[in-house]
Amino acid sequence: MTLDLARWQFALTSINHFFFVPVTIGLAFLTALLQSTWYRSKNPGYLRLTRFFGTLLVINVAVGVVTGLVQEFEFGMNWSAYSRLVGDIFGAPLAMEGLAAFFLESTFLGLWLFGWDRLSRRVHLLCIWLVALGTVLSAAFIMAANSWMQHPVGYVINHKTGKPQLNDIWAVLTNPVFLWGYTHVLLASLVTGAAVMLAVSAWQLRNQARQPAPGGASQPGPPLFARSAQLSLVVLVPAIILAMFVGSELGVIEARYQPMKIAAAEAQWATCQPCSFSLIQIGGGNNDHTPTQILAIPHLLSLLATNSWNGKVVGLSPLQSQYQKQFGPGYYVPNVFIQYWSMRVMAYSAGLMFLLGLWGLWLIRRRSMAGSRWFLTLAVWAVTLPFLMNTAGWLLTESGRQPWIVQGIMLTKNAVSPSVGLASVITSLTVFVAAYLTLAIVDLMLMIRYARKEAEPDPAPGDGADALVTAVRY
Amino acid sequence: MTLVQFWFIVIALLWTGFFVLEGFDFGVGMLHAGVGRDEAGRRAAVNTIGPLWDGNEVWLVVAAAAMFAAFPDWYATMFSGFYLVLVILLLALIVRGVSFEYRGKSGSPRWRCSWDVLMMAGSLVAPLLIGVALGDLLHGLPIDKAGEYTGNFVTLLQPYALYTGVTLVVLCLLHGATFLALKTTGEMRDRAGRTARRVAPPAALLTAGFAIWTHVTGGKGVLPNPVEVLAILAVLAAAWLVSARREGWAFAATTFAMATAILSMFTELYPRVMVSSTSPAYSLTISNAASGSYALKVMTVVVVIFLPLVLLYQAWTYYVFRQRLSAGDFRPPALLTRQGNGRPPGAGKTGPSGPAARPGPAGPEGPG
Repeated sequence: MTLDLARWQFALTSINHFFFVPVTIGLAFLTALLQSTWYRSKNPGYLRLTRFFGTLLVINVAVGVVTGLVQEFEFGMNWSAYSRLVGDIFGAPLAMEGLAAFFLESTFLGLWLFGWDRLSRRVHLLCIWLVALGTVLSAAFIMAANSWMQHPVGYVINHKTGKPQLNDIWAVLTNPVFLWGYTHVLLASLVTGAAVMLAVSAWQLRNQARQPAPGGASQPGPPLFARSAQLSLVVLVPAIILAMFVGSELGVIEARYQPMKIAAAEAQWATCQPCSFSLIQIGGGNNDHTPTQILAIPHLLSLLATNSWNGKVVGLSPLQSQYQKQFGPGYYVPNVFIQYWSMRVMAYSAGLMFLLGLWGLWLIRRRSMAGSRWFLTLAVWAVTLPFLMNTAGWLLTESGRQPWIVQGIMLTKNAVSPSVGLASVITSLTVFVAAYLTLAIVDLMLMIRYARKEAEPDPAPGDGADALVTAVRY
Repeated sequence: MTLVQFWFIVIALLWTGFFVLEGFDFGVGMLHAGVGRDEAGRRAAVNTIGPLWDGNEVWLVVAAAAMFAAFPDWYATMFSGFYLVLVILLLALIVRGVSFEYRGKSGSPRWRCSWDVLMMAGSLVAPLLIGVALGDLLHGLPIDKAGEYTGNFVTLLQPYALYTGVTLVVLCLLHGATFLALKTTGEMRDRAGRTARRVAPPAALLTAGFAIWTHVTGGKGVLPNPVEVLAILAVLAAAWLVSARREGWAFAATTFAMATAILSMFTELYPRVMVSSTSPAYSLTISNAASGSYALKVMTVVVVIFLPLVLLYQAWTYYVFRQRLSAGDFRPPALLTRQGNGRPPGAGKTGPSGPAARPGPAGPEGPG
């Protein structure tokens, strides 16, 4: 019971944390791009866009930072047996993340936010790029730590203590699961940031079309938010193609090191060769080995899991008997229902997002986006897709690791804190869920209200000094 | 010096850095409403730490992560043992962190007032609880042979630990008041100075008592160690400098007092990291709680490269935001025009160095 609640707590807090992180990574990069464009062109429209989207970024970072703190503490609070066993290896990337990434991100965000009138244009631009670098670095270290749990490398077991000890940091930092997984996460973050920017821009465009602003009509060139919509689409479409490609490559690598994860994602109980990919099924799960397949594409699973037309995918049942021989009695199959559906939710959402992106690019080519009510409405709602995608992807990778907390080294059930009782876990779970729900509601409210506001008007001519006021103040 | 000794020092310094830096923004968080009085003053107070607090809080993140990496058993025992304390601490930090961000995002006074109260509560509770936790490390807790904590929540609230918490809260108040006196002008500067003068005598008494009690708790003979002596001297100097209205020196003295107060606990703790009251043999020490030497070497390389870099760019941030702020910078110009005062000083035409008055994108009032 304590174990289940501790797992729920970690799952809920990390899913919540991972709502904010990809937005931060994606928007930091896009805001930096907007500001660079302003720096080069001196076009005041890009300054307005930079400050507009920079504020959205800042609202998000605050929540990302505090929820990240919870994650860091939780390892020791709920999972002290785990921390004791693997701190030697797992702690290192966490400490590096703090030293190399968090300091950079938070310090330069403060400088960027409050430094509009204190720093030169060039230094101020550098600040936002350093923020973007910080977000990207922090994702690197935490993914290195997580990938070690999926595929432990670069360690030896200490004979005296029986604990794994780090003996090759480069092996940890070049773990193939890390390299591909990290790239996948970065691309997904770009997609998320771009989708948020697209949705906000679309909302603004649709709104302007409905009630043309008095000042807006006289502006030369395309409307302000058509530019940000264009930028977001130009980033979104390639990022999503690459994310799908890298994701499928990651699948091949995980099939090698964590065959259970991939077999469960396809609900493949018996070994197959060649294997078809099931598009949709009814039923299925750990107790139903023969679900009703609605549609299946021949050879596709072989291709996805092994990169070859006729590749073999070992089924869950043979894997289970193999694991029992290797690790002793126990049930080693992850939750098949979660695996199967999170895989599909992720892939299908990505597909929808991709189609929407293509449509948008086509509209841009025809210079008719601002007039397409259908597209603008759909683009606003499509902002939910990347969040669905991110959560499903996270479930796929983490639930697929079960019952292990560190693949082959430690079972999740042995990792909880022995000194923490049920009452404590219930208390903390209640506190965090209540706090996060409140935060999520307030944050969403503020984001939506802010996103619907007009961007600040262009500074009046001759008011040059005023153009550089602080973007945000408390 | 061995690797484990080096890492004990690094962790002591990270905690010290955290309290020296976040200490004053805890103080500002507690004092902003009192020193600020009206809305403009409160915003000025919050803006003195606006660009800084987030970077300061990372010191806590890094201190915890460094404990995880260098002394996994210390991290595991402490964080699972202090479970409920940490739950409340996290809640306090969450509330405080978002209150900076959210308080100005809506025009309604009730909204701002709620966030002000939450900011004060969070800024008070956080140093109190961290103080309790650090005090417990030194005073000792029931820890069994396997290194597991065997007490409960109430066990954590022992007198020395509570006293440590209270001392740190009062030191944060004094530190925050000297910071505000240094970073504001006009009435706010006066009020901050008055607050500092009022807080200084009790802070000096508490801290002197704390240094002595810490020494007694450490159980290493009669004579206080040099760090503890320095802590007493520093806080007395701070009290004198505050009353002499030497703002810069007063802030330097509170910084030094805070640093030595934290360090005196760590000097008494060494070479233990968590004292077991069950049996001295079960205490966690720098040798039995440490990671392997390879991991420590890797981390040493990282910390030697990055920590100086961090100090450098954080120092630069403090240099960039060295100007004083005043409540006048935050009064909306429209309001003043209505009162017939014209534009507030510093608004608009003072060029890039003047703190501009536009209240950010949340406020519709542009100049003129």
